[in-house]
Amino acid sequence: MGEAIVVTSGKGGVGKTTTSANLGTALALMGKKVCMVDTDIGLRNLDVVMGLENRIIYDLIDVAEGRCRVNQALVKDKRFDELYMLPAAQTKDKNDVSPEQVRQIVESLKLDFDYIVIDCPAGIEQGFRNAIAGADKAIVVTTPENAAVRDADRVIGLLEKSHIASPKLIINRIRPGLVKNGDMLEIDDICQVLAIDLLGIVPDDEQVIKAANSGEPTVMNPSSRAAIAYRNIARRILGETVPLMPLDQKTGVFSKVKKFFGMG
Amino acid sequence: MAGKSPVTIKGVKEGLVFLLDDQCSFDELLQELDAKLAKHEQHLIGPIIHIFVKLGSRQLQEDELEQLRQTFRKQGNLVIQSIESDAHPPDLAGAALMTHTGIVRSGQTLEYRGHLLLLGDVNPGGIVRCTGDIYVLGSLRGIAHAGSEGDECAIIAASYMRPTQLRIADVISRPPDEWVSPEPWMEYAFLREGRMEIDKLSSLGRHRLAVKEFKGV
Repeated sequence: MGEAIVVTSGKGGVGKTTTSANLGTALALMGKKVCMVDTDIGLRNLDVVMGLENRIIYDLIDVAEGRCRVNQALVKDKRFDELYMLPAAQTKDKNDVSPEQVRQIVESLKLDFDYIVIDCPAGIEQGFRNAIAGADKAIVVTTPENAAVRDADRVIGLLEKSHIASPKLIINRIRPGLVKNGDMLEIDDICQVLAIDLLGIVPDDEQVIKAANSGEPTVMNPSSRAAIAYRNIARRILGETVPLMPLDQKTGVFSKVKKFFGMG
Repeated sequence: MAGKSPVTIKGVKEGLVFLLDDQCSFDELLQELDAKLAKHEQHLIGPIIHIFVKLGSRQLQEDELEQLRQTFRKQGNLVIQSIESDAHPPDLAGAALMTHTGIVRSGQTLEYRGHLLLLGDVNPGGIVRCTGDIYVLGSLRGIAHAGSEGDECAIIAASYMRPTQLRIADVISRPPDEWVSPEPWMEYAFLREGRMEIDKLSSLGRHRLAVKEFKGV
C-alpha cells in the first residue's frame, strides 16, 4: 500500500508543479514506483513540465466518469519504467470532478505504487478540496515572500482542519544573496510564522526554467543546485536524515554533494 | 414618577434631544412619550426636526426599538438621527478565562465571550476577538480585538507584539510602519482617553488596580 502526498501552496506560481515533477522523478530515481497525479483540471501543466504532453490519451475526468480504467489513463515516463503520470483534463474545469471521485482514484493507485504525488491547483476552492481528498500527507510549498507565506499559512490552517495531519514545508526559490542582505525573508522567520516541520529548501536556479521548458525535470541534472535540493527532499521523504544544504558556500557544496553521490 | 417625567425634551443646535428615563417600564415610557408628543403637537409641525434619543442605561431589543420609532413617526416632521444607550461595561469581573492552545492562522477567527488566554501565535490574517481581555503567550502578528462589545477597559497583551491591527472597543489602531527594535519584554495595549497606547506589561498594575488585589501582603 503506497502513500499519497499532495503538493499544495495556496498561492500560484510558487512552484507546486515544478516541485511535484521533481519530487516524483527524484523518488523514481531512488528506485520507488511513483505515480504523479495532476489535479489542476482545465490548466494542466504537469505533463508539459515532464515532457509527456504528446502521450496523453485519457485523463483524470475520463477515469472519474468511467470512460476508461485508471491503467489506461496512466502515461508512462520516457526516462523511468517505474514513473507514471495521471494527467488532468484540459477541456473541463474543477467542478467536473468530486473529492470523492479523486479519493477513489488515488486509493486504487495506492495499491500499485509506492508513492502518489498529487499536484494541487492554486487556490483553496473545489480544486484544492479535490486534491487533498485522497492524500495521506501534504507538502506546502512557499517562496520567501510575504504574500506566499500568508497563503501558505491559510492552506496549513485548512489542512489541519482536514484529515491530513502535520503538513511539511518546502521553501522554494531562495536567493541566498538577497537573504544575506536582508532583502528576502529568512528561512527561520518563515518557519517561525508557519510553525510546521521544514522538509527542505530549494535555491532559485535558472536551470529549473530551462529544464521545465525542455520537458526534462531539473532533478535529472546533478550539476544544478535545485536538483540536489530536490534529491535531498526525496531522501527525507524516504526517511533519511539529510542536513539542509548550506546556501552561501557555492563551490563547497558541489564537491561535498558530489562526493556523497560518489561522483566527486 | 410624581416629580419627574420619564421623558425630557431638550433643544440643541442640531435639533431636539429626547432624554428617556431608564428606570420606569418600557410601556410606561412609550405612553408618556406618546402623550408628550401629542401635547406638543402644535410645536412639532412644520420643518423637519432632527431628534436624538438617549435611553440612559436602558438596552432595547430590536422590536422595542421599532415600537419607539413608530411612536416618533406619528409626528411627520421628526427624523430620528440616533437612538443611543450608554455603553455599559459588560460585567467581566467574574468572566471566565478561556485558554486556547494552538495557532490562529491566516483566515481563521477565534471568538469568545470573556477573557482569552491564547497559548500560541496569531499569524498575519488571523483574528482573535473577545469581549474581555486578550493575552497571547506567543507572537501576535494578526488582528486582536479586545472588548468587542464596547468594554474600553479591555487590554491586549502579547509576548511578542507585532500586530497588523489592534482594536479595543471601537478604537482601531495599527502599529507604526517601522518598529524600532524588538522589545525584550511583554507588552500590552490599552486605551487612555480614547487613544490606544502600548506599554510594557509590568506597568499594567499602575493603571489597573484590580491586578494588585491578587498580591499577598
